[in-house]
Amino acid sequence: MSQNILVFIEQRAGQIRKSSLEALSEARRQAKTTSSQIQAVVIGANIKPLAAQLHKYKPNKIVLIDGEAYANYSTEGYTQALAEAIKKENPAYVFAAHTSMAKDLMPRVATRLDAPLASDVVELKNEAGKILAVRPMYSGKVYGTVEFTSPQAFLTLRPNRFEASESTNGGDVAQEDFAPAQANIRAKVVETHAATGQKIELSEAPIIVSGGRGIKGPENWAMLQELCDVLGAALGASRAVVDAGWIDHGHQVGQTGKTVSPQLYIACGISGAIQHLAGMSSSKVIVAINKDADAPIFKSATYGLVGDVFEIVPKVTEELRKLNLGS
Amino acid sequence: MKIAVCIKAVPDTETKIKVAADNKNIDFADVRFITSPYDEFAIEEALKLKEKLGGETTVFSLGGLEAAEVLRDALARGMDNAVHLKDESFVNLDPLSVGKALAAAIKDGGFDAVFCGQQGVGGDNSQVPAILAELLALPQATLVVKLEITDSKFRAEREIEGAHEFVEGTLPAVFSAQKGLNEPRYPSIKGVMAARRKEIATKDAQALGLAGKIGKDNCKMIIREVTPPPARPQGRLIEGDADTQAKTLVELLRNEAQVI
Repeated sequence: MSQNILVFIEQRAGQIRKSSLEALSEARRQAKTTSSQIQAVVIGANIKPLAAQLHKYKPNKIVLIDGEAYANYSTEGYTQALAEAIKKENPAYVFAAHTSMAKDLMPRVATRLDAPLASDVVELKNEAGKILAVRPMYSGKVYGTVEFTSPQAFLTLRPNRFEASESTNGGDVAQEDFAPAQANIRAKVVETHAATGQKIELSEAPIIVSGGRGIKGPENWAMLQELCDVLGAALGASRAVVDAGWIDHGHQVGQTGKTVSPQLYIACGISGAIQHLAGMSSSKVIVAINKDADAPIFKSATYGLVGDVFEIVPKVTEELRKLNLGS
Repeated sequence: MKIAVCIKAVPDTETKIKVAADNKNIDFADVRFITSPYDEFAIEEALKLKEKLGGETTVFSLGGLEAAEVLRDALARGMDNAVHLKDESFVNLDPLSVGKALAAAIKDGGFDAVFCGQQGVGGDNSQVPAILAELLALPQATLVVKLEITDSKFRAEREIEGAHEFVEGTLPAVFSAQKGLNEPRYPSIKGVMAARRKEIATKDAQALGLAGKIGKDNCKMIIREVTPPPARPQGRLIEGDADTQAKTLVELLRNEAQVI
C-alpha cells in the first residue's frame, strides 16, 4: 500500500504560509522513514510563481490548481478542488497547517472522502510505516496519541512545532496543472481586512509578550508594545483583560483563545489561571514578571522575576535595545 | 426561521484534568460539566435571531446524563425544543461519527440555520461544524465573530490570522461561533422554572437510522493513549533590584536559553 503524503499548501494573496512549509518539511521527514512520495497542492489565482519557492522543499510533485474561481477563498470551491486532487493522487495521508483556513476546509474535505482528521497535531510518531499523531486535549492539560484505522487519514499540524527546512538533495520535482470540476459555490469570501496593530500572527510568532491584569489598564499596552518591537514579538493577553475590553480577542492566549508554542513567552502581570497556563505552557522558555511571588505562573516559568512590571519591563526593553537585535 | 443549535457538555474549564487509570481517557470522577463556552455563543446567536425574525429554536446534544443537563440549561436560556442523542453505542466517538449522528438528527428538520460552537473545549478538535455542513450539503461560515442575516442571505465576519474576512452566502447554512460573536445571557429564574416542565426528546441510534453504523468499532480514529503533558524543567527566580533583574534576564535569554 502506498504511504504517500499529500500536503495542502495554504496561500493568501500570493504568500505561502510559513506553517504550510513546516507541514511540507515534516512530510518529507516522514517520507524518509517510509520511502513515500510527497505531493504539494496549491490552490489560488495566478499562483504559478509560488512553485519556485516550493521546489526548494523538494516534494516529488507540485500540483497547481490555478484559476480566477480560486482568487477568493470559498469553502465549497476549495473543498471540491482539494478533494479531487486527493482522489487523483490517492495518498495515505493528507497534511496541512492547523490554521483558520484549515479549520474551515480540512474537516469538510476529509468528510467528503469519509476519512478521519487529527487536528492541531504537535508530534508525529512512526510505527512500522504507520503514522501516529500526538495532539493536545483539554488545551494541553493532557496529550492524546491517536491512531487511524482507515486507509486514508488527514492531519493538521500546529504552527511553530515542526521545523521548516529546505532540502539540498538532488531529486527531481515534477510539476503539473490540475483543473478540477467547478463547484456550486453558495458562500464565499468577499473582502479581507488586515487587523490593526498586530504585525506578527500570535500562533506563528517565535516570541510573544503577554499582558494581564497587572498592567493595570489599556493605556499601558504601549509599554509592552515597545518590548514587542525590540524583540520582533507578537502581543498576547490574558482572558481577564480581553473580557475587560482592554484588547481584542484575537490577542487572547489560553483555553478560549489561542494555544501557542513560541520559543520565548514573556508573561507580564499575568497570575497564571489554569486556562491561561493551558494555552502557553508548551512554550520553550517562559519568563514571568509579577509582583506576587505566590502567583501560579511562577511554577511554569523558566525564569521568574518577582517585582513591579512597570519598573522591570522598561529596563528589560532598554537592555535588549543595547543588543541591537534587529541589525 | 427555524434554527438548530448543537452543543456539547464538557468539563468545567477550571477543572484539573487527570488521566484515567486505563490511560485511554481522562478521569471523569468529580468532574463538573458545563456547556462548552463557544456553544454559549451559538445559543445566544440563535436566541437573538429568533427575537429579531421570529421562528423556532431547537438544541441538540449527544452524550449521556451530562448532555441532558446542558440541554436543560439551554432550555432555561430560552431555547424552544431540546433533542438528546443518546445511545449505548454513542461513547468515545470520533468527530466524524458525532457529525454523522447530529446530521441524521438535523437533516429533515427544515432548518434555515445551524449553529455550533467553533470548538468543543476538551477534545479541541474544531471539526464538527464543517463535518456537519458537508453531511447536510450546506454552505458554511466558521469562526464567526459577527453575523448579519437578511432575506435568506448572510454576511459573516471571520477571525483569521492577522486579519478579518467577510463571507457572504445564502441560507440554509451552518455557522460556528467564535468568542466575540455576542455576550451570552444567563438563564433567568423564570426560564429555569419553565425549563423544568419542558420535555427533552431523545433519539437513539435506531431512531436516527444509524443502528450498527456508529460506535467504537466504526470509528476511523482511536485515541490509543492519554498522557499528562511533559513536565517543565525546574525554573529559577532572578533576584536583585529591577536593574539587576533586567540585566540578568537578558544575559540568560541570550547565553543560556539562546532564544534571542
